[in-house]
Order: sequence, then structure tokens, then C-alpha cells
Amino acid sequence: MTDTPPAQQAPRETPLRAVHEALGANLVDFAGWLMPLRYGSETAEHTAVRERAGLFDLSHMGEISVTGPQAAALLDHALVGHMSAVREGRARYTMICDAAGGVLDDLIVYRLGETEYLVVANAANADVVHAALVERAAGFDATVTDRSAEFALIALQGPKAVEILAPHTDATLDEIKYYAGYRQQVAGRPVMLARTGYTGEDGFEVFCAPADAEHIWSALLAAGEQHGLVPAGLSARDTLRLEAGMPLYGNELSREVTPFEAGLGRVVKFDKEGDFVGRDALLARSKEGPRQRLVGLVARGRRVPRHGYPVLVDGAPAGEVTSGAPSPTLGKPIAMAYVPADAPPDAEYAVDVRGRAEPADRVDLPFYQRAK
Amino acid sequence: MAFPDDVKYTAEHEWVRRADRPGVVRVGITQYAQEQLGDVVYVSLPEPGAAVTAGDPFGEVESTKSVSDLFAPVSGSVVARNDALDTQPDLVNSDPYGDGWMVEIEAPDSEGLAAALDGLMDADAYAASVSAP
Repeated sequence: MTDTPPAQQAPRETPLRAVHEALGANLVDFAGWLMPLRYGSETAEHTAVRERAGLFDLSHMGEISVTGPQAAALLDHALVGHMSAVREGRARYTMICDAAGGVLDDLIVYRLGETEYLVVANAANADVVHAALVERAAGFDATVTDRSAEFALIALQGPKAVEILAPHTDATLDEIKYYAGYRQQVAGRPVMLARTGYTGEDGFEVFCAPADAEHIWSALLAAGEQHGLVPAGLSARDTLRLEAGMPLYGNELSREVTPFEAGLGRVVKFDKEGDFVGRDALLARSKEGPRQRLVGLVARGRRVPRHGYPVLVDGAPAGEVTSGAPSPTLGKPIAMAYVPADAPPDAEYAVDVRGRAEPADRVDLPFYQRAK
Repeated sequence: MAFPDDVKYTAEHEWVRRADRPGVVRVGITQYAQEQLGDVVYVSLPEPGAAVTAGDPFGEVESTKSVSDLFAPVSGSVVARNDALDTQPDLVNSDPYGDGWMVEIEAPDSEGLAAALDGLMDADAYAASVSAP
């Protein structure tokens, strides 16, 4: 047992910090924010989200608004996706890359109006994304504003999410499609309500004013009690997204890889009008094919492959684990890992777990997919 | 958090309790340690007969977020391991000072063992060490 070193700077606090403390949360510094890691058993929180529902505080996420007559054109230029093709009220998973095609961040972009978008960035990258958008906005009639301080974000995720939320919003939830977001009311407060998430389950994300966060959180938690809703922390969020095969920036995604290595080349839209940052490099990479491939590994033993552990293909070091954890749903350790693109799927895979080769089976991602 | 006073504590968040048999101690991890780890999913323990050296790793404990070495609090040989943890590693979370114990170590001589235990923290000292800012 070794203690983790203390943080360099005091982390920022979300508007729900006191609520988490009252719930007995284990609070940790994550990307410069004091966030709930878990409230009790993270495995129980994970299972609750898969079977019932969980409530997450995601107020650390960055929100950047892009507005103006050329907001759509700017985003087509700045991001790899075709953002002008997104209809009002819809959202798109996309990425922002550098000129070499390296991923600066993965994003969810909501089109709130003809000339109004909300870009949601990872907490650790919010400043980088904001700066890149401002720089890329030169020459466009569009305004980029970091609005992170104006939003708290609460996610309600799980098969019971609709049942829990329905009595507390005027929105007709059945009409809100996956990856849609609208201005609505939740618990009587104005919000941007989106049907998005990072757990592999149905669910909603509620963007609200920080001053309304406690009211909305408490209303949803109370409403969900009879449905088995529990507050869930970042630990459960990480195992949920890992089972769902969703990448995490800093693990699967970084400037060192393009979307093609991560198996997410589909987010790069070459057929949109005009040039975009990273286009030439990404086009070349798409033609030559990715150098590495992101694969799933299921360990045969009980020792857990973790971020940074070497992957052995037919006994030789060939790749690296990007994320690994014990999977509550599979009951086995699972991992995502980069291996050479030409590594045969039927080769012998193993992970070097602290000096010992632990055999693993290569599988297709995701590890878990909910029944539709 | 309660700190039982019938055990001694190490800086690596293990506890050590004299077993009924002279010269034998039972070892586990503390309540503080299991809270820091989160859900324990796997505990790797040596088989009886294995020699352990004070301060050296003798096993590992895997939780959702991390893997940690277990360090031997005293030197000797392993005389028992808690086989129940093979199927119920969560006993470390639910009963860290009881059913969640890990190994029993027999020290080669009783004087050496007494000296080793004297060198460990008592409940008050350990409580102070984990509440320090």
C-alpha cells in the first residue's frame, strides 16, 4: 500500500460538493476538479446503472458555445465532423484534431439553433479546445465563448432513466431521440436536456445553472429512490464506459493517435465542404490504413491488465493496454489495448502484469451492449 | 473510523495480531486501506511454507482502480492463508480485521517477533498517521 501524493493545487469544486460529502462520497482530484470517485461500493454503483439507474455529477466537463452566422462553417473547419449537417436539436459525437491528425479531444456537439452550438469537452482539455476553437475562428463570423462556469451537468443513466425523469419534466421523453438535446425544464428549472451518456445505457444529461444543480440533483435522487437509483461516482463511470467500448481521452485517445487507430474513423467526414484542420494527414492515414488497432482483451486469469501494461502477441511485446479494469458485468478483467494493425486476431495474446504474462483473449469491442 | 487496539499497525496500512499459537501472527489490511482501495476483486496470497521477509512484498490486492503490494510486517514463514478470499475477496471490504484476514506468519524466534511488533504502531499512533493532513 502506498499513498498517492497530494495534489499540486487545490482542485476546483462543483456546485454539488456539499451534497456529495453529505452522501459520504470519497472525493478525489480528477483533472483539477474535486469529484466523487464513489459513494459506497463502486461495483454496486456500476450494477445499479446497468440494471436500474445511477445519478452522476459531471460538472467538471467543459462547455464552449459557438455562435454567429458562420458558427456551422467554423465548426466544419475546426472539427473532423460535418457539423453544418447536424439538425437543430440534435447532437453529434466528434473530435478536434491537430494538423497532423492527432486527437486534441473527443467532443459532443449540440446544435441548439441555426447559429448556435454547444461544444462539450473533457475537463482536462477544456482550455485546449477553447484555445483551438478561438484560433481557428479567425476569419469566421462566429464567436467562441468558454461557458464552463455557467453550467453544472448531471447525468441520469440506466434503463429506469425515462421512468424516473418523466414526472419531473414537461418534455415528452419518448420523442427525444438518442443524441438529441433541447431546452426544457427539469424539476421546474430551465435546462438543456440531452439524451446522451457515457455508460452504454439509455439516459439523459441535464445541463443547468450551477445555482439549480442541488435542486435538480435532489429532485431526481428522491424521484429515483423507488426505482433503485443510486448516486454513482467516476469509478463506476469508468468501468461502465470501458465495458461499452467507449474511449477515454488520455487513455485510448491522445495527440499520438488519429481517430482511425481508435477505430473511430467514421467520425472523420472528408465529403464535407471546404478544408478542415487535419484533413490532409487524416486522408493519408485513411488511405494507408491505421498503424495500430484498438482491440478488446478479456483476461483468462484474475489479475487485472491496467493502463500502460505491455501487451504480448505470440510471446513478444507488441502493444500496450490503454484501459483495464475488473468488469462487473462479465465478472472478469477486461482491457482495451493498442496492438499492431497486422496482429492476427487468432494469435496468442497476453498482458505483462507486473512481470508475469497473463493470457487473454482478443475480442471485438464493445464488451457489453444493451438489449435494444 | 474505529482502530482496534488488539492489533499493531504498519505504515503500509497492514495490521498484525498475535494468533493463539505462540510465535504466530495473523496479518490483514486496515479499514482505512480497504476504504482507500474500494472494492477488492482479487487477493494474491502465498502458499503455506513460503518464506517472507519483513518489508518485502508477499502478495497483492487488486481493486477496481488499482493494484497494491502487500508487505510482510514481520519475517518468517507462512503457516496459513485465507482461502476464503479466493472466492470472496470482498471480505476484505466487509470485515477487514476479521474474516478478511490474509495470512498467518510464524516467526523463527519469539524475541525477534516481540521486538518486531514493538517497532510497529499502536492504534493511537496509526489513527494519527492516517488523519494527518
